[in-house]
Amino acid sequence: MTIWEIIITSVIKIAIALTSLLLSVAYMVYFERKISAWAQNRLGPNRVGYRGLLQPFADVFKLLFKEDIVPDAANKTLHTMAPFISLFVAFATYAVVPIGPEVNLFGYQIKLVVADVNIGILYVLALTSLGVYGITLAGWSSGSKYSLLGGIRSSAQMISYEVSIGFSIGGVLLMAGSLRPIDIVNAQYGGMWNAILQPIGFITFVVSAFAETNRLPFDLPEAEPELVGGYHTEYSSFKFAGFFLAEYANMIIASLLIVTLYLGGWQIPYVDKLGLSEGLTVVLQIASFLLKTAFMLFVFIWVRWSIPRFRYDQLMNLGWKVMFPLALLNIVWVAMLIMIFKL
Amino acid sequence: MLLDYLPIFLVLAFSVIVSLAIVFSSRLFGPYRPNKIKNLSYESGKDPVGSTHERISVKYYLVAMLFIIFDIEVIYVYPWAVEFRNMFHSNGLFAFMPMFIFLIVLELGYLYILMKGGLKWD
Repeated sequence: MTIWEIIITSVIKIAIALTSLLLSVAYMVYFERKISAWAQNRLGPNRVGYRGLLQPFADVFKLLFKEDIVPDAANKTLHTMAPFISLFVAFATYAVVPIGPEVNLFGYQIKLVVADVNIGILYVLALTSLGVYGITLAGWSSGSKYSLLGGIRSSAQMISYEVSIGFSIGGVLLMAGSLRPIDIVNAQYGGMWNAILQPIGFITFVVSAFAETNRLPFDLPEAEPELVGGYHTEYSSFKFAGFFLAEYANMIIASLLIVTLYLGGWQIPYVDKLGLSEGLTVVLQIASFLLKTAFMLFVFIWVRWSIPRFRYDQLMNLGWKVMFPLALLNIVWVAMLIMIFKL
Repeated sequence: MLLDYLPIFLVLAFSVIVSLAIVFSSRLFGPYRPNKIKNLSYESGKDPVGSTHERISVKYYLVAMLFIIFDIEVIYVYPWAVEFRNMFHSNGLFAFMPMFIFLIVLELGYLYILMKGGLKWD
């Protein structure tokens, strides 16, 4: 492909990916409220549109027309930069996640991933590390005690669990022998999902992903009863919406990564043995990818309404004394698997 | 090969534009009538007391330092993990032992931190 063809196809892919990300964030909020309502025997949003389906848009427009208050005690530049960093990270990370195999569209071989680079996983790690800055700066620059406590707690929590995430991904790289997400998915061909081969790594990754996205049971940075709103106490209007959006987008990206790294990506075991036409297979594979992601998102909400919040020392102990050694053990385990069974 | 990275830069440019648009759109559409009381920091309805930028518990610095140490180890593991299968085919157990020893040394350092109480939160 020429350089212009690459630019045009990437812009189309980015537009589709960004729109679907924003829409899925909106409906993620809706489903979270609906599912939490079911969990607590309530009705949930049901006024705006059919069964409350337009509720997310009502929320967005309400926030858009609110006054943007920046407290006098805040550092104005950093206060504006913090939501920008959080949003930037949330919008840039999905780029390397493949949602399906190569397809033939209008005579072009198109990969169903925005950027197919051989450092994909490193790119994800680099950007998610950057995400810590958004939250820390938001907490520090607001000039409020609640924000500061929330921001500091959050940064300590996120960097602690980032170590376990890094070591868990090491096991996946051992199996795949590549940092390219497409190769990682292809290495899980035929039901050899990483979640089955390395259950310890899967568990450490999922738990750390919950901690990285600041979700319950690890939502200490914004533990409502003690810290008001945590790091975004002093944010209002669309800057608050930005943090909210980034949080949910991070959750979606975490689910995409869990599916890509551990649940076989778009792979359905033995689907190619059924003798279906190529087009139907691709559609089924993309559907399976989206279904797995939706299931992981449901797990995120499910856990939120099932497990109570950790205390801060328990959280740090879990991260450093349980998850970190387990993730190291997982690397040795996967290396043993490769050496003994010649996988 | 280098063209593979072009979409990445496009993604970065797009996300900068969209996030800037989101951050600044509240000023565009919302009202803007600041006053002194409204711009006070939130402190449960009271006037704010004292400064916010006071000293922070040293535990957080310790965690940050440990993070730097262990996160660098992660980066050392990755190239080995990517090449492990090939190395195992050509070198056998010699591909595994050096990293195993490296991980044991890492684990010894970790145990030392544990014994010194570096990860204790009271």
